[in-house]
Amino acid sequence: MAFIPHTREDVESMLAAIGVAGIEQLFDEIPASLRLGGLAGVPEAASEMEIGRLMAERARLDGRPLCFIGAGAYEHHIPAAVWAIATRGEFYSAYTPYQAEASQGTLQLLYEYQTMMASLTGLEVSNASLYDGASAMGEACLMAVRANRRSRSQRILVPTTVHPHYRATARAVAGNQGLLFEELPYCTEEGCIPAGALDRYDGQDVTALVIQQPNFFGRLEDVDALCDWAHARNILVVAVVNPTSLALLKPPGQWGSKGADIAVGEGQPLGVPLSSGGPYFGFMTARMEHVRQMPGRIVGRTVDAGGRAGFTLTLQAREQHIRRAKATSNICTNQGLLVTAATIYLSLMGPAGLERVAAAAHARTRELVSALTRVPGVRRLFRGPVFHEEAVALDRPAAPVLEKLAARGILGGLDLTGHYPELGGALLVCATETKTTADIERYASALAECLREARAA
Amino acid sequence: MSTRLEKPIFEYSVPGRGAEDQWPRDPGPAASDDLPAASRRSGRPLLPEVSELETVRHFTRLSQLNFSIDTHFYPLGSCTMKYNPKACNSLAMLPEFLARHPLAPESSGQGFLACMYELQEMLKAVTGMQAVALSPMAGAQGEFAGVAMIRAYHRARGDLERNEIIVPEAAHGTNPATATMCGCVVREVPVNAAGDVDLEALKAAVGPKTAGIMLTNPSTLGVFERRIEAVARTVHEAGGLLYYDGANLNAILGKVRPGDMGFDVIHVNLHKTFSTPHGGGGPGAGPVGVSARLAPFLPVPLLARRGERYGWLTERDLPQSIGRLSGFMGNAGVLLRAYVYMRMLGREGMAKVSEYATLNANYLLAQLKRAGFDAAYPDRRASHELIVTLKRQAKELGVTAMDFAKRLLDHGMHAPTTYFPLLVPECLLIEPTETESKAALDAFVAAMAEILAEAAKEPERVTSAPHTMPVRRLDDVRAAKQLDLTWKPPAAHAIPTTS
Amino acid sequence: MSNVPSDLKYTKTHEWLRTLPDGTVEVGITDHAQHALGDLVFVEVPETGRKLAAGEPFAVVESVKAASDVYSPIAGEVTAGNPGLASQPEAINSDAYGKGWLMRLRPGAGGAGGEFLTAAQYEKLIAEEGG
Repeated sequence: MAFIPHTREDVESMLAAIGVAGIEQLFDEIPASLRLGGLAGVPEAASEMEIGRLMAERARLDGRPLCFIGAGAYEHHIPAAVWAIATRGEFYSAYTPYQAEASQGTLQLLYEYQTMMASLTGLEVSNASLYDGASAMGEACLMAVRANRRSRSQRILVPTTVHPHYRATARAVAGNQGLLFEELPYCTEEGCIPAGALDRYDGQDVTALVIQQPNFFGRLEDVDALCDWAHARNILVVAVVNPTSLALLKPPGQWGSKGADIAVGEGQPLGVPLSSGGPYFGFMTARMEHVRQMPGRIVGRTVDAGGRAGFTLTLQAREQHIRRAKATSNICTNQGLLVTAATIYLSLMGPAGLERVAAAAHARTRELVSALTRVPGVRRLFRGPVFHEEAVALDRPAAPVLEKLAARGILGGLDLTGHYPELGGALLVCATETKTTADIERYASALAECLREARAA
Repeated sequence: MSTRLEKPIFEYSVPGRGAEDQWPRDPGPAASDDLPAASRRSGRPLLPEVSELETVRHFTRLSQLNFSIDTHFYPLGSCTMKYNPKACNSLAMLPEFLARHPLAPESSGQGFLACMYELQEMLKAVTGMQAVALSPMAGAQGEFAGVAMIRAYHRARGDLERNEIIVPEAAHGTNPATATMCGCVVREVPVNAAGDVDLEALKAAVGPKTAGIMLTNPSTLGVFERRIEAVARTVHEAGGLLYYDGANLNAILGKVRPGDMGFDVIHVNLHKTFSTPHGGGGPGAGPVGVSARLAPFLPVPLLARRGERYGWLTERDLPQSIGRLSGFMGNAGVLLRAYVYMRMLGREGMAKVSEYATLNANYLLAQLKRAGFDAAYPDRRASHELIVTLKRQAKELGVTAMDFAKRLLDHGMHAPTTYFPLLVPECLLIEPTETESKAALDAFVAAMAEILAEAAKEPERVTSAPHTMPVRRLDDVRAAKQLDLTWKPPAAHAIPTTS
Repeated sequence: MSNVPSDLKYTKTHEWLRTLPDGTVEVGITDHAQHALGDLVFVEVPETGRKLAAGEPFAVVESVKAASDVYSPIAGEVTAGNPGLASQPEAINSDAYGKGWLMRLRPGAGGAGGEFLTAAQYEKLIAEEGG
């Protein structure tokens, strides 16, 4: 029981060695008034067979609907090798590589990961990951405040085209330290930050500008102009990017004439299953000049006492276990296991494979949107190109239509009404390389049916 | 464990090679002809071009350069490196659970949400708290949520002056770092020679500026804070709240509950007490539990039951919430693993965990004393972990705690935590956990005794350890001064770019 | 054991001060302090022109195992941060009172009014701390 290996003889000889009569005596420093009687709120123990059966039943209850939701988490094909290796006990059941000599596997993998992410985002340095994309954006805003010494305002401009959950998370993570988040309105025709939106901040003290590319609506922002505008005013640029898209789209390090200062994003598309929202990992890369302001673990290559190359955690003086109240963050862990999966995924994809994934997802989304907009009562909401998701407007409220689709085993996208009530009945839809033409046709004809029903009702 | 170093994967790369069977079909250039040239990438990223077999071999070989629980005794103090049952992993990775989108409607997730709800209920039962939020993604994020709630509570009452967080000097570094992230000021209070918080100093420290105190119990010194009720009274009477850092919950599971000790808010490290994997440094999960008066401030989304259905509460339902800590609901897959583990332990198994963890720690303490080592707190019971101080050996033999740690690696054992808590000189913080057998503990004591004998006879063999690992001691100074954080292609192997 | 030159003034927080012929004051950390920190890997010095209050942190010194703020012993305006430390932080380890200086500043109103330790007093302090 409870995975405890002791025999009765073991226990008796151990108690004798300690010099106590029974295990209970080992708890004699706990005041009796505090001792717990029983645990009525916990069910009886289940054997592996029993819990296995229960979990299989619950999984079956949830099923596997055909999913066209994106909005920050994307269904991609995950090669079989990725999790077969990531769940090896040597990766799965190891801890943070404090003893570098006994952790060269994890350390080298993290170094390879840092190399891949730095190059993918076009910046010089990467940390070993943060919790997820949304919290990474919050950490990036805090980092920008530390790094931008010319600004004293702690004002961060965040367009409303940035994922609503990311904006909320950044406020929760960074707001307690006095950061001020100011939201910029978007253009309702283009679904982007409009040209000139920033003019009213001319001459004001602003610390950083956040730009998401592709933005929450899947649309492409004019990142070059935005980045140059910010840099001309000593404002740092925090890029929030989708890692798959970077196989096709210009990396943050090449935005405008100088490039973004910090890039963050959700690493989930790189070999991590959707799994109801986590565990995922947040990536963060930056220009070398800001490395000491970075939060989280960083791995470096060095030499051992015999002069051979090896890997170790470095720049630890930034971290909570040394700096305590003055650390760059309170973060201890990275998301090591997910980074392990992502590094294997990126190795299997290589530059050409990742480009194919990005291009295929883009192509499927174009196909999806053109199929859906052939349905009467459905139209594209914004002008201009998208990466792999797009907003479409319905001539009926979205929620009941989505319910009808769900009853047919189709998750038809995200209802935008909650976060953007001004858009009316609108859906954010996504198709990746995992969707076939047959899947798309099934969705389109189901949508036509559901809209007909909604109109008849 | 292999000792053969593996070259960086980029050095296997050959232009034009690739694991093409894993890729989607090429949609052709016309498929992305709508993307404007100014938005497009020029030049490919530095990713390796390798076959599937090369990839599998490379990462399998890297795995073999690691110590792990599955392969080695891993008594890393404060980290609870217990066995991670295989069923927890395989059941959390059922295809339906993996495929579920975080924004999928609640109607298509009732099976998953039922597990989450029951996990919440079990966490309430074992901690004695009134409400639980599952979303914090690690212990440090749970701490953040807890202190942010304390701050929000005082503010909501108009008590705006309370911004001081008290931590004992032996606290984990995340405690003061968290207080800073929440915009609070840290005040440290000393610990007395027996390892308990100095009550007089605490009484002097609390006042109208006190927001709360952060405590671990048993403390980071491996002993139970005996006057916890007096500590709670002192802080509450001054108007502050008590935060319980769940790092050491394994020591008291099923025996005593933080809620009964007087704590107002806690976090639980599921990757410690409830055996979810450490994964080479994450993912963790740090659910928070609160007393009734803090419930309105819990982070969102928050799982609730409405009739027979489970669903999420958001900012609209909880206007006083401290907000959202992640893009979605937190580390769902970690929570599922903890759920399976807790169901397998059941009511009877919970107390067994703390009983055998404590038995193992006290047995190690007794045997290490017999082998000639000094306990940091010789007159106290060990909790689930114990501290040995090598101050005497360092002075007499010139062999430090770090040297012992490195030499243990040569004995096929992961080192205990070294130099933490900072309060105890030359310390090893040793946590065997309940899943280790008597034989494993005896082997550890024998290894420690052997190193001690070696330190007297041949100290340089110990101070230059490890000798059997893939690398010897690494030059941390060089690593920090000559930063090499990414692999750079030798000019001859430059990665070709495409336009 | 530590080197404590007799011609300098010291603080309880292990800084040293030297008054230069032009009236500016040079500040660094003591040999005892560098020894406690270990091999330094990074030093951040203040920008010229920065105004400091007495007791305000003005520099950060980092080794692989510790990081510490350094506090300005007096109020004043920074006339120079040591530019050499960016590439050679180890200068503090090898020459704490020479090449390892951290900043020079012009004392402000109130001047160097703080209470400083003589070399003998500082030696006594570090002996009491177990140095």
